[in-house]
Amino acid sequence: MSTQLPQQESEESTAEEAAEPAATDHDHEHTGGPRRDVGDKTTDTEHEPADTEDTREIRVFRYDPEIEGKQEPRFDTFHVPFTRGMTVLDAVIYARDNFDPSLTFRHSCRQAVCGSDAFFVNGEQRLGCKTQISDLEEPIRIEPLPHQDVVKDLVVDMDHFYEEMEAVDPYFDPDETPDGELEEQRQSRANREKVKMSTRCIWCGACFSSCNIAAGDNEYLGPAALNKAYRFAMDEREGDGKTQERLETIEQDHGVWRCQTQFSCTNVCPKDIPLTEHIQELKREAVKSNLKFW
Amino acid sequence: MSQSYNRGTIESFSRWREFSAGMWAWIFHKFTGWVLVGYLFTHIAVLSTAIPAASADPSTLAASGDIYTQTIVTLEELLLVRILEVGLLAVAVFHILNGLRLLLVDLGIGLESQDKSFYASVMLTGAITVASVPTFLAGAL
Repeated sequence: MSTQLPQQESEESTAEEAAEPAATDHDHEHTGGPRRDVGDKTTDTEHEPADTEDTREIRVFRYDPEIEGKQEPRFDTFHVPFTRGMTVLDAVIYARDNFDPSLTFRHSCRQAVCGSDAFFVNGEQRLGCKTQISDLEEPIRIEPLPHQDVVKDLVVDMDHFYEEMEAVDPYFDPDETPDGELEEQRQSRANREKVKMSTRCIWCGACFSSCNIAAGDNEYLGPAALNKAYRFAMDEREGDGKTQERLETIEQDHGVWRCQTQFSCTNVCPKDIPLTEHIQELKREAVKSNLKFW
Repeated sequence: MSQSYNRGTIESFSRWREFSAGMWAWIFHKFTGWVLVGYLFTHIAVLSTAIPAASADPSTLAASGDIYTQTIVTLEELLLVRILEVGLLAVAVFHILNGLRLLLVDLGIGLESQDKSFYASVMLTGAITVASVPTFLAGAL
């Protein structure tokens, strides 16, 4: 497989990027044979670090429904010069800037806050900017998130995920606000600790993509949305009415009870949110609000 | 999304390779559950067809010549049945142990070590199954 794909790639790239003068030089760099040869040849690349011997092999999923030659999904191999502290996102950025400008992926803050760059790296959902290249086995395979429609290359359609998130009213909604206009809405330290981890969600969609149940049940709220529901249902500053409303949302047919405690979401969460624990706690809250023996 | 873009065998293969403990526990629990349901109905079907023994006269019963006893004895003579019994024990033991694990998970106890408890239940199941082999296969080989 890997022997055929680079050829395909170089044909396409030269056709597309004929206008760009440096394109052909770069092309044989990432399509060239064994890794050691690559190091010797790359004297022309401006961003090349001093130690050109040390490169890492990444295989990136490519797919573009709008271009005829790219409709068939394939993997492109790039040999990216390794620098200390390099992340998966750095590697794909390097590949895009130096080898193939058509390589498409989302990224923004590069510091695990924006949640744009969740990829399926070596068979696991990870945040590109938070995953060290040195921690991964070569060749590093980078794919778009599973169970979401691929728009192009590493970009997936997040609409469904956002719909699930919005279904749980992911905003603070107190019954009563303090009298003074500028007065703070205070929360006890203990309550803050309780919801602390759940507030860290960055909406990257890694958990939702890893969830086996969400993959088979389109209506299931999914771990991220349930975590959002937990964050506000457990907030003591919200009124009982709103909390009750939140519990009713999450205890529906496709709510908390679909969770089968596989812990895949907890395993992949880049912010280390104990998602399964929060879902389990919501289950207990749902039972407590329904079971009355008096 | 169930009708997500088909990425061929590559995705499904890597997903299986990267299965985590909780995922395997879930698959095994479903599988063993269905096996136990299947066994239960087979068990009822076989034994209820052998039940006419209840109306047999005491002398036949004393001589172990009734249908019920004969059915059991005939089944136990088959090596395949003995091997299936070992399998049934393994399935039941895993389902019990993982059921206890899920009980703890539902109560929110020890969620951080859920993978260890899965490995423990697998190993304990293996040990109990191996230890049971001499008992189940005695006289059949």
